[in-house]
Amino acid sequence: MTSTVTHKEKTTNHLLRLDRMPHIWCAGCGIGPAVGCFLRAIERAGLNPDKVALVSGIGCAGRAAGYVKLDSFHTTHGRALPFATGLKLGNPELNVVVFSGDGDLAAIGGNHLIHSARRNMDITVICINNFTYGMTGGQVGPTTPLYARSATSPYGNLEYPFNLPYLLAASGATYVARWTILHARQLERSIAEALRKPGFSFIEVIAPCPTLYGRMNKQPKGMDTMRWYQEKSVVRDGADPRDVAMDSDGAIVVGRFVDIQRPTYWEQWQQMLGRSKASKA
Amino acid sequence: MSSDGAISGTFFMNGDVACAEGAISAGCRFFAGYPITPATEVAERMSERLPHIGGIYIQMEDEIASMNAILGASWTGMKAMTATSGPGFSLMMENLGLAVMLETPCVVVDVQRAGPSTGLPTLVAQGDMMQARWGSHGSYEIIALAPNSPQEVFDLTITAFNLSERYRVPVLVMSDEAVGHMSEKVVIPPVSQGQLVNRRRPNSPQDKYLPYATDGDLVPPMALAGEGYRFHVTGLTHDERGYPVMTAEAQDRLIRRLVDKIRVNKKQIIRCEEVDVDDAEVVVCAYGITSRIARLAVQEARAEGLRAGLLRLITVWPFAEERVRELGGRIKAFVVPEINNGQIVLEVERCAGGKAETVFVPHMGGSVHRPETILQAIKEAVR
Repeated sequence: MTSTVTHKEKTTNHLLRLDRMPHIWCAGCGIGPAVGCFLRAIERAGLNPDKVALVSGIGCAGRAAGYVKLDSFHTTHGRALPFATGLKLGNPELNVVVFSGDGDLAAIGGNHLIHSARRNMDITVICINNFTYGMTGGQVGPTTPLYARSATSPYGNLEYPFNLPYLLAASGATYVARWTILHARQLERSIAEALRKPGFSFIEVIAPCPTLYGRMNKQPKGMDTMRWYQEKSVVRDGADPRDVAMDSDGAIVVGRFVDIQRPTYWEQWQQMLGRSKASKA
Repeated sequence: MSSDGAISGTFFMNGDVACAEGAISAGCRFFAGYPITPATEVAERMSERLPHIGGIYIQMEDEIASMNAILGASWTGMKAMTATSGPGFSLMMENLGLAVMLETPCVVVDVQRAGPSTGLPTLVAQGDMMQARWGSHGSYEIIALAPNSPQEVFDLTITAFNLSERYRVPVLVMSDEAVGHMSEKVVIPPVSQGQLVNRRRPNSPQDKYLPYATDGDLVPPMALAGEGYRFHVTGLTHDERGYPVMTAEAQDRLIRRLVDKIRVNKKQIIRCEEVDVDDAEVVVCAYGITSRIARLAVQEARAEGLRAGLLRLITVWPFAEERVRELGGRIKAFVVPEINNGQIVLEVERCAGGKAETVFVPHMGGSVHRPETILQAIKEAVR
């Protein structure tokens, strides 16, 4: 079969490890499209890929590190952020990105998440939120909606989920956004903004997991979940993060919620050096 | 102070401060830590010193984060260290395993205090020696050194960095509260670059680079983030490309190399000190602070006409099994005092192989042995 290229479609194949295809993600999974948005965002932001380092934790989303043609580190469960902190401080020229899942970042890695935001470490976090632990078979997690079923909440989840944008805004992140996988263009633009912006950026990506979460919660196909996104998501840039919790009625508020200026850890470090030299002189 | 930031001269300092200065002399410019008694002084010294010599000090949210931060920094080419004590050492075990698996040079200092759990935070013990060897899950080899004075903390911290850079393995400096908090004379020589080891770097073209391909040496050259190699590394079992391979064969190949790169180089790694061992009937095998009391006991035993000697383990892991085996073949007994309920004595007993008796002198922690307790054990062993 041949195809005629009528306009030059930009591909990001050069940023992928094609020798590792096919990937492990299920049909209908949202992680692959999010990786695509991230790679296009690198191009859009005009970054030199040699200076972009990707760090992942463990889980389905954590496998992203193994598929991108960048310096990429597949670390331990929950620990991508402190590893990324060492990378960034060791070489401040690097654009350090953490790509991982909601369970990895907000449960086992929750302490690292809030402290990285508090420091305003210059790292961009892309957090895939599929409401579940996919790699281990669909268990309940820190973002699983109330009453949702999972492999370990067979009678419905009794715990309240995190409102991640609110958590991150309160912790000090200077850029906080949420998109679904349906919002591919907005997500790509948002990641590019975050990559260019100094300081701690957090982008929550609501993504389908038809194989596990969807199957157990009346969305057995990826398309079912995409329809939900289409029907129930509403773009509200600048929304107060307190008001963007994922409601039980299924509404999803998306958009850029926080975009503020605050000196980064590195800027504070430089200022401290100046102060300590002045006090010594 | 010399231009590169290291100090030189003769000082009166405690073991923790000597550790920080040893690290700086070794070229360490990244420290991540979390406050914990009795290791806090290492972090305090680093927080004061590093900013002015082009280094980075960061206090992380816990010891898990500290361990990971030094790994990240190491992949940018920094020589990186953290320091802790028992409870923090426990938290570091997870990513000590990651350091082993990614083959990331770094130094971890454990200023041991009495446990388990919170135990005696301000008082000495040597209870983490087996944790140092086996604390992370899976099969691996690691290097651990046991200094017995502030001077030796300084010296061995430099050695730790050199071994870590040479073998791409985390190296543990197993200090203890007594050594960490005692102040003694420490002679710091000017830094001689010839004494410092730096990891091998790849010279293959960037697109041909394989992160874990070996070239005769079992330790692969290491690329750094941001150099254009665009490499991938993972804590999963992996092949030479750094790519995950989920098979028993890949596991066998990788783990054997990780273990062998230390084992085949044991002779270059292991260091012991021997006192009066040649004609000894009884050899006291000791390390760290306990070796100082053991030395007194051996002197007293000699004064009483007993043929006693001292084998001091400077490198505790890998264990000096050949030497202990040789001695075991010709002496009557080993006496092993430790501030724990029996850790390194198990290794001595194993290597003695029933040929020499092994007498353990336990101490549960909180203080050091009395010399007369060890002397008594020597007398009983000689009988």
